Amino acid sequence: MSGFDETLLDDADETVRVRFIVNGRKVACEVAPRETLVDCLRNTLELTGTHAGCEMGACGACLVQLDGRAVHSCLMFAVQADGAAINTIEGLTESGVIADLQAEFHRRNALQCGFCTPGMLVNAHELLLQVAQPSREEIRDALSGNYCRCTGYEAIVDAIDAVAKARSEGGGAT
Amino acid sequence: MDIEETAVKARAFSYFRAATIDQALDAHARAGDDARFIAGGQSLVPALSLRLQAPRLLIDITHIDEMRGIRREGGYLRIGALTRHCEMLSEPLIAEFAPLLHAAAPFVAHRAIRNRGTFGGSVALADPASEFPAMTLALDAEIEIAGATGTRRVKADDFFLDLFETALQPGELITAIYIPLFKADQRFAFDELARRRGDYALVGCGMLATFAGERIDDIRISFFSVSNTPTRVRGAEATLIGSSLDAERIAAAQAALEGDLAPPDSDEVSPAMRLHLARVLLGRVLGRLGEGA
Ligand SMILES: Cc1cc2nc3c(=O)[nH]c(=O)nc-3n(C[C@H](O)[C@H](O)[C@H](O)COP(=O)(O)OP(=O)(O)OC[C@H]3O[C@@H](n4cnc5c(N)ncnc54)[C@H](O)[C@@H]3O)c2cc1C
Ligand code: FES
Ligand code: FES
Repeated sequence: MSGFDETLLDDADETVRVRFIVNGRKVACEVAPRETLVDCLRNTLELTGTHAGCEMGACGACLVQLDGRAVHSCLMFAVQADGAAINTIEGLTESGVIADLQAEFHRRNALQCGFCTPGMLVNAHELLLQVAQPSREEIRDALSGNYCRCTGYEAIVDAIDAVAKARSEGGGAT
Repeated sequence: MDIEETAVKARAFSYFRAATIDQALDAHARAGDDARFIAGGQSLVPALSLRLQAPRLLIDITHIDEMRGIRREGGYLRIGALTRHCEMLSEPLIAEFAPLLHAAAPFVAHRAIRNRGTFGGSVALADPASEFPAMTLALDAEIEIAGATGTRRVKADDFFLDLFETALQPGELITAIYIPLFKADQRFAFDELARRRGDYALVGCGMLATFAGERIDDIRISFFSVSNTPTRVRGAEATLIGSSLDAERIAAAQAALEGDLAPPDSDEVSPAMRLHLARVLLGRVLGRLGEGA
């Protein structure tokens, strides 16, 4: 069987080649197995829109889409993502799928320093794909893993709420 | 930037992606104590980043098809160990045949963590503050374990031994969890008390009861965040069996918790406070069970 090769154990910090599709483009890069996906995205691929905060799953600044679902890029190693499709905030911005959310965040001052914003947007994007008309309580609940140290959250909830309503009315956010 | 100098980076390890259960078991056997299986990684990656663990080899089990999928098998629902927490919310078979897991899932961590974390990983880790391990007790689940000597099934009642200690031997894999199918004469209820949604609970409780009319024929009540392991409260269960759920019976069950639970001292919550919260929660959840939940 094409199983486990013991010589692997001697190569702990040797880089391995991983391939994934990042923001619609095929990418191959060399990573050490212990390199987290967020470090790979930021340092190797220079996609610095994904932020690294706590690096232990608590703050939500590092959220990206992996095969269409929001995940913490600090809670996986880049090697685990070999073969996957990843969208970062850069890709979601380019494709225009979150343009209304971004405009509404801007309009309502739902960001100040902006550190939390990419994670908030990735999370809000998934929420609105799954729940067309979330209540304010559901929005708050969905944001429970995203820290914001600036805004006090109210404007973020307002912005997501406004986009949810605008989308279900079929128009753009007002 | 030197990776060694930054605060939260894992020690170097090798990575192996297993395609079959046999490959995963074989890799673990040959790497010895220094290997770890990685499933969702939602508990393991932080532990590696904080260097609480430093294995030489990480064996990725998430590409093993045999450990995936949810299906009926005899009187059981067989839930593959790789089933993600989010699937507990989205899979119709779970909602129909293991509704207690469906009810508990929204309380497990946050959406993005539920997108990665696995049922098998949660049960293997056996965090006493986790929802799913405790619910396997309430559900009288059986845990399928693959190891060097073959595959066996262990009852949840015999699986959780002590703090983060289970019947799993080093190098063994949980491959699936079997839940007896939910029946028409059964009811379930679940709730927890936490400081913030998504946080680990201060106290949590889930239950499954079989009714004959309004009389409880059988009930299994399991608590989490109350001790070193998920905990069935057999004294409280005994006060309820054979009766209907009136205020007096609920009060008796609440009183019985004193004998069932001996919460450890912690910085956060005193034992007396935790016992109090457990009583309040038990009353609330039994109330819902009575309403048909
Ligand atoms: C911020 C945050 C909040 C969280 N909140 C909660 C919460 O409220 N409630 C809760 O229950 N959990 C919570 N979690 C933990 C989360 O649910 C984990 O996903 C889960 O506990 C472990 O599952 P995993 O698949 O990620 O396992 P991993 O992290 O991959 O593995 C955990 C351990 O189990 C072993 N393992 C994994 N799968 C198997 C298997 N099939 N057979 C044998 N061994 C195996 C691994 O070797 C490792 O030792 C939280 C996590 C974070 C980061
Ligand atoms: S950096 Fe990933 S959750 Fe904080
Ligand atoms: S805008 Fe500064 S952390 Fe949210």
